[in-house]
Amino acid sequence: MNNKLVELKNVSKSFDGEIVLSNVSLYINDKEFITLLGPSGCGKTTTLRIIGGFESADEGDVIFDGERINDIPPYKRSVNTVFQKYALFPHLNVYDNIAFGLRVAKVKDAEIKERVSEMLSLVNLRGFEKRNVSLLSGGQQQRVAIARALINKPKVLLLDEPLGALDLKLRKDMQIELKKIQKATGITFVYVTHDQEEALSMSDTIVVMANGKIQQIGTPTDIYNEPKNAFVADFIGESNILDGVMLDDYSVKFAGQEFKCLDFGFNKNEPVDVVVRPEDVDVVSVDKGMLVGTVSNVTFKGDYYEIIVDVKGFKWMLETSDYVGVDEVIGLYIEPDAIHTMKKSEYSNMFGDYSTFSDEMEHLSDIVEEEV
Amino acid sequence: MTSVPKKSKVRRSLLQRYAAAPHIAWAILFIIAPLIFVAYYAFTDTVDGSVVFSIENLKTFFTPTYLKIFSRSVGLALISTVICLLLGYPIAYFISRTKPKTQRLLILLIMLPMWMNFIIRTYSISELIKDTGIINSFLGKIGIPQMHIYGKEGAVVLGMVYDYLPYMILPIYSVMAKLDYRLVEAAGDLGCNSFKVMTKVIFPLSRSGVISGITMVFVPSISTFYISQKLGGPSTLLIGDVIEQSYNASNYHLAAALSFVLMVILLIGLAVVNKYTDDDSGGMLI
Repeated sequence: MNNKLVELKNVSKSFDGEIVLSNVSLYINDKEFITLLGPSGCGKTTTLRIIGGFESADEGDVIFDGERINDIPPYKRSVNTVFQKYALFPHLNVYDNIAFGLRVAKVKDAEIKERVSEMLSLVNLRGFEKRNVSLLSGGQQQRVAIARALINKPKVLLLDEPLGALDLKLRKDMQIELKKIQKATGITFVYVTHDQEEALSMSDTIVVMANGKIQQIGTPTDIYNEPKNAFVADFIGESNILDGVMLDDYSVKFAGQEFKCLDFGFNKNEPVDVVVRPEDVDVVSVDKGMLVGTVSNVTFKGDYYEIIVDVKGFKWMLETSDYVGVDEVIGLYIEPDAIHTMKKSEYSNMFGDYSTFSDEMEHLSDIVEEEV
Repeated sequence: MTSVPKKSKVRRSLLQRYAAAPHIAWAILFIIAPLIFVAYYAFTDTVDGSVVFSIENLKTFFTPTYLKIFSRSVGLALISTVICLLLGYPIAYFISRTKPKTQRLLILLIMLPMWMNFIIRTYSISELIKDTGIINSFLGKIGIPQMHIYGKEGAVVLGMVYDYLPYMILPIYSVMAKLDYRLVEAAGDLGCNSFKVMTKVIFPLSRSGVISGITMVFVPSISTFYISQKLGGPSTLLIGDVIEQSYNASNYHLAAALSFVLMVILLIGLAVVNKYTDDDSGGMLI
């Protein structure tokens, strides 16, 4: 499991003088599902395209199976790609699209036939052989694109926001299906997305990127529970990020209050960023509260309420299953293991509280922008 | 990819209903009516001052003299079409791969000669390639053997290629400019080297532009008379010349009959070509 299949060493890339990747180093294990996650323009697609051979690194090495492949063109790499918006060949039908790679490799017709039908059942498209690809739905085109790439039995499959154009329900189904396909085929998947939920639910490893740099590499639980800096904490899930001071090991002060925590190894009185996840705060009566605040907004989310609480001017986001009313004064209780402290970084103070939060904002950030 | 909008049943406004009227009037007056006249003259003859039904003139087309001229027209038109394709396709591909700004400039340069009158352009070519023309006097001065193509088939082909090359480049370019570059990447990803990308993806996807370009070069080439008159000689008499001569000699029935047969042959040819390009990927002249 733990042999490195792909490795990027100090890779940098710029377009027209604008730095897109700076000093990116990461490795990808065999048979692993790895996700490059980050907002638009963070360099995740460029990283993928460098692995695929569609872009070349300005600096650094791309190692594949122990060999440096910087100058190897895409058609000689045992890597296949599922492109954003699929890029199916409009002049070929479903069968011929899927068979394309094998035909180029001059595989015998009988074997092509067998492997195409194998692929069609893998992606649930049996009976679609003769269909015109441009008349398929988005989800079906997606499946053809996956089959067209997988049929070549690549060592690595690159997926560039493959589900971005699908609606939510279909996207969820495809996530499960992709994960299933990855398990069944044992092929290494390198997946690019800006959707943190997608990344958390599918990946073995997540690489969080921002501004052309890697922010954190880790398992989904690591990334969620132990974010390295304010950017990661903000980007993955919802977070209350506060300014704090590490008084001593296991003791941190924020929101004008001292708290016990599980973190250690900081200097005495070192300024830190403190992350508290909304679901980790308990709503209690005022007298039992470590902090006291006024509820300013309540949103029903189905299985829980999302509430915004004003604590001395800082707006916290909390999740609670018990209804509380607007303007109600409540107490907040935080367990030591719910507090996560991080060293100050260039992203400190960029992410404040939830004072500007509204549902509308959330929808805005969901809009997919065209990647570089 | 492209979907044809269904005819809507919404009542169209007055403007919408009559907007096409001027065009329809124009078409009837200058396209339909002349065609009827051509057919009328083709199937008749004037005997002792009265017009009678006759297919004698149509038959003339199929006599050895005329067939020879016709096959020469087909031959020269084919040669120039092939040359235009061989020159035009790489040019169109090259232009479509440059930056948008460069593309506009290059297309402007391709179209620029078309802004000049076709007759003047052809005339200038004749001045260039005549035995005593500019090129030959230059070649003579620097001691390189002169070329004597003026009045021969080579000159006619040169004229056709020069005059019609833009009609080959533009439709191919317009298809290629729309070609999704990710398809080229996808082909590379699936194991195609650049030659295979060309044969397996770019060429099939630009076929409609090629067909359109071939049509736009071949049809005017086969019916031209001016180019062969200005650049050719007695040995390059084309079917277009014969039609023009009969017309000038006031033999309208023969002129119409020859035109009619030529037109029918071209229509059959185009129908065959269209049968092989029933896709709608937009191979139109921009």
